[in-house]
Amino acid sequence: MVTETINTLRYDADHCIGCGMCWTVCPHAVFAEGDGVASLARAEACMECGACRMNCPSGAIEVESGVGCAAAMYAAALKGGGPSCGCETESCC
Amino acid sequence: MVIRAEPRITPADRLTHIKARLGINRMNCRVAPGLYALGAPDRSSPVLVTANYTLSFDALRGSLGGVDAWIMVLDTKGVNVWCAAGKGTFGANELCARIENAGLANVVDHRRLTLPQLGAPGVAAHAVARRTGFSVEYGPVRAGDIKEYLRTGAASADMRRVTFGLWDRLVLIPIEAKAAALPGLGLAAALWALLGPTGGWAALAGVLAGIALFPVLLPLMPGTQFAVQGAALGALSAAPFSADALSRSSWIEAAAYLCISGAAAAFLALNFTGSTTFTSPSAVKREIARYTRPMAVCFGLGFALALVEGALRWSAMVW
Repeated sequence: MVTETINTLRYDADHCIGCGMCWTVCPHAVFAEGDGVASLARAEACMECGACRMNCPSGAIEVESGVGCAAAMYAAALKGGGPSCGCETESCC
Repeated sequence: MVIRAEPRITPADRLTHIKARLGINRMNCRVAPGLYALGAPDRSSPVLVTANYTLSFDALRGSLGGVDAWIMVLDTKGVNVWCAAGKGTFGANELCARIENAGLANVVDHRRLTLPQLGAPGVAAHAVARRTGFSVEYGPVRAGDIKEYLRTGAASADMRRVTFGLWDRLVLIPIEAKAAALPGLGLAAALWALLGPTGGWAALAGVLAGIALFPVLLPLMPGTQFAVQGAALGALSAAPFSADALSRSSWIEAAAYLCISGAAAAFLALNFTGSTTFTSPSAVKREIARYTRPMAVCFGLGFALALVEGALRWSAMVW
């Protein structure tokens, strides 16, 4: 069963192997240890960093991660291309 | 080749940290990538991985007094672990290349790497294990907890949660101020020219509400919408100046301050999203879609009112 949330996080418990990587790497305790598999405990707290998806070996998690900075999104809208924070430049945030 | 590292943070290091927070010489805040020996590590010592941003490297080595460890510094182009992981520069490819370059398999007998938890968005642990034979374990979020983690072999729930305390927010203000300085001072100069000193100070107060008051009060404000919270603080900051204008029966001027400060602080607050530790791109996109036009209209209206008030005063002087 895929759980729908207010952000782009999608978790399919049927594919979960219970390895524990998602609840280890999540900095906001979105995932918790469940009954043999991960449980989506705080979906609304997800900041879409992508750590869980990246470290899920069974592909049970989908999330569109990206730059969460309004300034970068405005810059992308004005100049075209995808949002990117200026962290390789002197104007780093 | 192994480079030596010391756990001691010198006064010169601290000056570098302060300058980085002020945006001075930021691009030279990087250390050479490679393998470092901290203390007297041997073939069984842990291997800790970090970014080549000076503040990241120093946070780690400064937390390891009395510990013998290997530190593997990845080339993240001078960017901290979390941001670099988001961009992929703190990533599996770079990690695997460093393991190879350093000949790590010949340096230690074990096959474990300890990465900071916030490096996880850039690294697939299972892929690194498959490619290099080294298993990746994620340590705590904060370097300050690394000693405890090495001692117990586990990170508590608190160590795994990212926080955004008052100090974390305060140190970001100088960079926000630097970015807003030019447009902020320009706005203040324009309102000073149109409406006198009160206009200049009102504009500065609105900008300060967005770049300083907003980060300070962030967890105390109701709601979750940055733009709304910023607008409220901006309007609050304009209140004394608007009250002053009303006492002179100048309601146009009073409305101008409310509109301009509200819109400016809302915009600046929205731009703080990227600095927070909890905002999702989805939420930011929603706010941009919802509030960009209202902010622009509000600001435009405020500036138009300021122009009208300025013109009225000018014509009163001329006639």
